[in-house]
Amino acid sequence: MQIPHEVTARPDTGLYNAKLGIWLFLASEVMLFGGLFSAYIFLRMGAEDGYWPHGLLNVPVGAANTVVLILSSVTVVLAWASLKMRKFSQYKLWMGISILCGALFLIVKLAYEWPQKFEHFGAFIKKDAIAKYEPYLDNEGMKRKKLAPRVEVSGHLHEVTMTYDPKVWEGIVKEQETNLQQIDDRLKSGKESKSVTSELERDRKRIAAKLKEMPSVKLENFLPKHDLEIAKEGGHGGAAHHDPSVQTIHSTKMHGSERAGVTPATAEKLEKLPGLKLVTFELGLDPINADPTNPESDKPHFWYKGSTKTHGTIQRQDVESWSAFAPKHSPYFAVYFTITGLHGLHVLAGVLIMLYFWLPVEGGANMFKRNPEHLANRVEVVGLFWHFVDLVWIFVFPIFYLL
Amino acid sequence: MSTAALTHAHDAHAHDDHHYDPGFWRKWVFSTDHKMIGIQYGVTGLAFLMFGFMLMMVMRWQLAHPGEAVPYIGGLLQTLFGSSAFQSDAKGIPGVLTADGYNSFGAMHGTIMVFFGIVPVAFAAFGNFVVPLQIGAIDMTFPRINMASFWCFFISCLFMLVSFVVPGGAAKSGWTSYPPLSGIADLGPLNHVFMNGQTLWVTGMVFNITASLLGSVNFIATIIQLRAPGMTWMRLPFFVWAQFVTAFLLLLAFPPLEAAGVMQLMDRAFDTSFFMPTGLIVNGATTQWSGGGSPILWQHLFWFLAHPEVYVLILPGIGMVAEIIANNTRKPLYGYKAMVGAIFVLGFLSFVVWAHHMYMTGMGAKVSAFFQVTTVMISVPSVILVTALMLSLWGGSIRFTMPMLFATAFLPMFGIGGLTGIPLAFNAVDLYLHDTYYVIGHFHYVVAPGTIFAIFAGVYYWYPKATGRMLNEFLGRMHFWGSLIFINGIFFPMFLQGMAGVHRRWYDGGAAYEQIIKPVIHWNNFMSVSAFLLGLAQIPFIINFCWSIWYGRKASDNPWDSTTVEWDTPTPPPHGNFTKEITVYRGPYEYSVPGADKDFTPQTEAPKADKPHSPTPPAAAPAH
Amino acid sequence: MSQSHDHGKEVAHGASHDSGAPADHAQHDMHLGLYWGIGGVLVVFTAITVWLSYVDFDKMFAGHGWNIIIGMIVATFKVCLVGAIFMHLKGEKPLVWKFLYFTLFFVAGLFFLTLLHYVDPIFGTTHAHH
Ligand code: HEM
Ligand SMILES: [Cu+2]
Repeated sequence: MQIPHEVTARPDTGLYNAKLGIWLFLASEVMLFGGLFSAYIFLRMGAEDGYWPHGLLNVPVGAANTVVLILSSVTVVLAWASLKMRKFSQYKLWMGISILCGALFLIVKLAYEWPQKFEHFGAFIKKDAIAKYEPYLDNEGMKRKKLAPRVEVSGHLHEVTMTYDPKVWEGIVKEQETNLQQIDDRLKSGKESKSVTSELERDRKRIAAKLKEMPSVKLENFLPKHDLEIAKEGGHGGAAHHDPSVQTIHSTKMHGSERAGVTPATAEKLEKLPGLKLVTFELGLDPINADPTNPESDKPHFWYKGSTKTHGTIQRQDVESWSAFAPKHSPYFAVYFTITGLHGLHVLAGVLIMLYFWLPVEGGANMFKRNPEHLANRVEVVGLFWHFVDLVWIFVFPIFYLL
Repeated sequence: MSTAALTHAHDAHAHDDHHYDPGFWRKWVFSTDHKMIGIQYGVTGLAFLMFGFMLMMVMRWQLAHPGEAVPYIGGLLQTLFGSSAFQSDAKGIPGVLTADGYNSFGAMHGTIMVFFGIVPVAFAAFGNFVVPLQIGAIDMTFPRINMASFWCFFISCLFMLVSFVVPGGAAKSGWTSYPPLSGIADLGPLNHVFMNGQTLWVTGMVFNITASLLGSVNFIATIIQLRAPGMTWMRLPFFVWAQFVTAFLLLLAFPPLEAAGVMQLMDRAFDTSFFMPTGLIVNGATTQWSGGGSPILWQHLFWFLAHPEVYVLILPGIGMVAEIIANNTRKPLYGYKAMVGAIFVLGFLSFVVWAHHMYMTGMGAKVSAFFQVTTVMISVPSVILVTALMLSLWGGSIRFTMPMLFATAFLPMFGIGGLTGIPLAFNAVDLYLHDTYYVIGHFHYVVAPGTIFAIFAGVYYWYPKATGRMLNEFLGRMHFWGSLIFINGIFFPMFLQGMAGVHRRWYDGGAAYEQIIKPVIHWNNFMSVSAFLLGLAQIPFIINFCWSIWYGRKASDNPWDSTTVEWDTPTPPPHGNFTKEITVYRGPYEYSVPGADKDFTPQTEAPKADKPHSPTPPAAAPAH
Repeated sequence: MSQSHDHGKEVAHGASHDSGAPADHAQHDMHLGLYWGIGGVLVVFTAITVWLSYVDFDKMFAGHGWNIIIGMIVATFKVCLVGAIFMHLKGEKPLVWKFLYFTLFFVAGLFFLTLLHYVDPIFGTTHAHH
C-alpha cells in the first residue's frame, strides 16, 4: 500500500506530505515555545525590583554557540542543495558538519555552561536585614544612580557553620519505632478487619523502610570525617551537659576541599537533616559583591569570572532563600533552565535524526541510490526543523544573556 | 511496485490486500491501519468514560449520604484505593470516602472524562476511523506517527491509572490543577518524589498532550493531502470539517499547556517557583521556595488550552450529529455553507475568550471587559450551528433510527447547555455563579447529554461499518430512554442548587452550609439516585455492544442508504479501504434529489450523462 | 517506493522530478553563495546584538526598556532571514503561509492578552513592583 504524495507534491497544495506535516508540527512548536516565552515575560514583568538578575551568563560562550548554530544552519541547507544536485559526497560532507556543530553546541551547554552554575552560590537577603549587607551591595550608590537595588549576595561557598542537636534526630527515630510497635500490637490483636489489616501492613512496610534509612541521614554518617570539625566551644563537655533539661548542641563547621569548597548541594542536604540548623555561610564573594561600588558592574554584563579572594559572611537567619544557580534559585534561572533544556532536547533530537539520514542505512544515506528525491525531501524536512531550533536560539541568546 | 488498492479497480480483491497478512501483533496491537487505531482509541476511551463515571457514582453516594460507607462494595473499594481514599466508619465498616479521596476522585473524574474519555472517543476514534473513509483515502498520511500517537496516549493512561494506587492517592487539585495547591500537594515526607498523585498527573498529561499533537498533525495533513479526486473542499461531509477545525484547536492550543505542564513538573520535581508566589505560607510555616512566581500564569496557560478544549469536546459531536441528521431526514443539511463558515469563526474566536474563566482572579476590569465581549461574540457561531441543525429537521421525512434518536435528543440538550452559558459570559453575573453547581450543570449539559449522546449516536451509526453487524434496536431503545430521563434527573437540579449558592467541590454535599442552602439540599438524593439509574441504563448498551459483534444482524455495505464515501467500501473495510478507484462527483448530502432514481445519490456516483466512462473528474481534482 | 503512480499531469506541473535526474541545477548553484552570505550576515548581526547591549538606550531616549525593544527588533530581523532564505519561506506555497499567519496571530494573542493582566490590576491583588 502506497500513501499518495509521499515524495511528489500534490498539485493543488504544491506540497508533499512530510513538508506539510513538518510545517504543522512547527506551528505547534511555535505555540510551545510561545507559551514558555510568554511565561518569561509574565514573570519578568511581575518580578519585584532587583529580583530579575542581569549579566549572570557567559556572553562570549553564548555568542560562540550562536555562531555554531548559524553555521550548522548554513551547512544543512547546503546538504539539501547537494542532494538536489545529486552530489552525494558533498551531501555527506555538509550533513556531517551539521551533525558535528549540533553535537558541539550540546557539549558546550552540558559540559561547560550548566555545571558551572550548579557550583555557584547565591542568597537573597531578607528585606529587613538588607542594610546589614550594605558593604557587599552598595544600595545607597544604586539608589543615587537610580538603579534597581541589589538583593542578593553570591559567590563560592567555602564553609558553612551549623548547630546540631542529635536529640531531635533520636526523637524522630523513637517516634517511628513507637508507631511500628503500635501497628504490630494491632496486627497481633487479630481484631482488625481484612481491609484494615492490609492497610496496616502497608504502613508497617513503609515505616520499617524509613527506619532502615534513618542511620544514613545521621550527621556523623553523612559527612566525611575530615569535613566535620566539632567546634570546641559548644562541643563535648560544653555547658549544655550540666543541665539535663537543655539539649546537647554541637556547633559544627564544614570545610570544603581546597578546590571546590562546600558544594551548595551538600549544604542543602545538611539543612534538611533533622536537628541541624545552618548558622552562617562563608563565601569567596563574586566581583560584584566584593567591589560593589565599581561602576563596571552596573554595565549590562559582568559575566562570571570566578569568585574573588574577598571573604564574606552571611547569617542564615538573614536569608530569604538560597541555593546554587540551579533552576530553583529564582524564576530567572527556572525559565533559563527550562527553555534552554527544552531547546537542548530539540538539538539532541535534530542531531539524532540527521545522523540517521547520514549513516548508510535503509532509510538514510542508502536511499540515495534508490530514490534520491525522497532522501532530499527527508533532508529538507529535518532541515526545516533544524532551522527552527536555530531560530529559537536566536531569541534565547539576547533574552537570557544580554537583556 | 504499484500503488495500492486504489488502482486495482477491476479486481475486487486486489492482490496486495489478499496477501496482506501482518501477523497478530501488527494487526491487533501495533497496527498502523487507521481503522484499527480508531478502534483502539475507541475501546480505550469508552472504558475510561465508564471508569470516570464510576468515580462519579462513588462521589454521588458521598454527596447524598455524607460520611456513610459505600454499601456492598465499600470493602472492595477500600482495598483497591487504599487508606488515603477510604476509611472505615465508627462501627468499623469499611468504605467511607475520605475528604482526600473525594478530591482525588473529583479531579480524576474531570481529567479522565475530558482528556481520556471524550477526546479519545469523539476526536481520535471517530476521526481515525471515519475521516479517511469519508474523504476517500486509503489511510492517514503518516500511519506510523498515527500508531505512535495511540501508544503515547496509552502510556499516559497508565500514568493516570497507576496514580490511584501510589501512597497518598491520585491527584487532588481539580482537573484544573491550580497552583499553589497543585504545587504543594502530595509532596509530604510520606510521598515518593516521583510516584505521587500530582506528579504522575502532570507527567501523564505531558504524554497525553504529545499524543494529541501527533494525532492532529496527521488529521490535518490527511484532510488536505489525501482527498480523493473530485473531493473538493465544499464537497466534504460536515463531520470532516468539524474534525479539521478540532485538529487545529488541538494543534495550536495544547502546546502552551504542555509548556505549563513542564513548568509545573519543574516546580514539583526541582523546586522552582514558576507558579509559587513570594512568601507563601503553608500550614502556618513559610515555604522554602524562592517565590516570585505567579499562580495566575498557570491559569492563563491552562485556560488558553482549556477553553478551546471545550470546543474540541463538542465540535466532533456536532459533526456526527450533522451527518446523522442529514441521513435520517433524507434531506440536505440546512445552510451547509453557513455551518462551515460558523465552525471556522468559532474555532478562531475560541482562542481569544479564555480568561472568562478567570473573572474572579482580580485581573482587572479592562481585561474582563475584553473577554466578556469576545465571549458574547462566540455565542453567535454556536447558535448558527444549532439553528442550522434544528432547521434541517424541518420538512424532512424523519426516520427515528437508533442514531437519529440520540442525534435528535442532542439538539435540545446541547441547547440547554449553550444557553445557560450565556449568563456566565457576563462578569458581573459570573462573580456570583462562578464555582457553583450552576456552572457544573451548564458544562455537563454540553458534554454529557451533549457530546456523550453524540458519541452514542455515532457508535450506533458507524458500528455496522466497523464490525459488519447492526446493534440491536430494542436494547438500543432501552438505553436511549433510560439515559435521556436519568441524565436530566442529575443535571437539571444542578441549576437550582447552583443559583441557591451550592458550591462545587464540596465534600459533604453542603451539609456544613445547611442553613444557607436548605431549600435545595434535598435534591442531592434525587440527583444521586438518578446517577445510579443512569449507570443501570448503560447496561443494555454494554451488552448490546459486546453481543452484537458476533451475534448482531448482518449489515449490508450501506445499511443507512447514505451518500457519503465511507459507505462505498466493503463492510468491514479491508486494509487499504476501497476496492475500486474513488472519484467524487457531487456534494455530501444529495438526498431526495428530484428526478434521481433513488432517494439518495452517493458522492461517488457519476452524473448520468457520462456514466459509462468518465475520464476526467469534474473539479480540479488532485491525482493519486 | 516509486512515484511512478503519479499521473503524468503532475510532472507537467513541474512540481516533481524524475527519480534519477539531477534537478534544477543552475538554480541551486546560484543559491549556494546566497546561503553562505546569509550565514555571514547572521554572524555579523550576532556581533551587533552583543555590541548594542552595551549601549544604554534608556539614557539616550530617556525611557524604559529600549534596550529590550531594540534587541528584539534585531533578533526578529535575524529570524526573518532564517525563515525567508533557509526555510525557503520566500516563495513558499500560500498554504504554509496561512498556517503561519494563524499561528503568529495566536501567539501574539497569548503574549499580549496575558500581559493585559498588568494593565489594571485590582488593588492589592498582585504584589507591588517598581
Ligand atoms: C454522565 C455522567 C456524569 C456525572 C453524573 C457527572 C457529575 C459531576 C459532578 C457532580 C461534578 C462536581 C463534583 C464536585 O464539584 O464536587 C462533576 C465535575 C466535573 N465533571 Fe462530571 N459528570 C458526568 C460526566 C462528565 C463528562 C462527560 C465530563 C467531560 C467531558 C465531565 C467533566 C467534569 C469536569 C471537568 C468536572 C470538574 C472537576 C473538578 O472540579 O475539577 N463530567 N461531574
Ligand atoms: Cu471557556
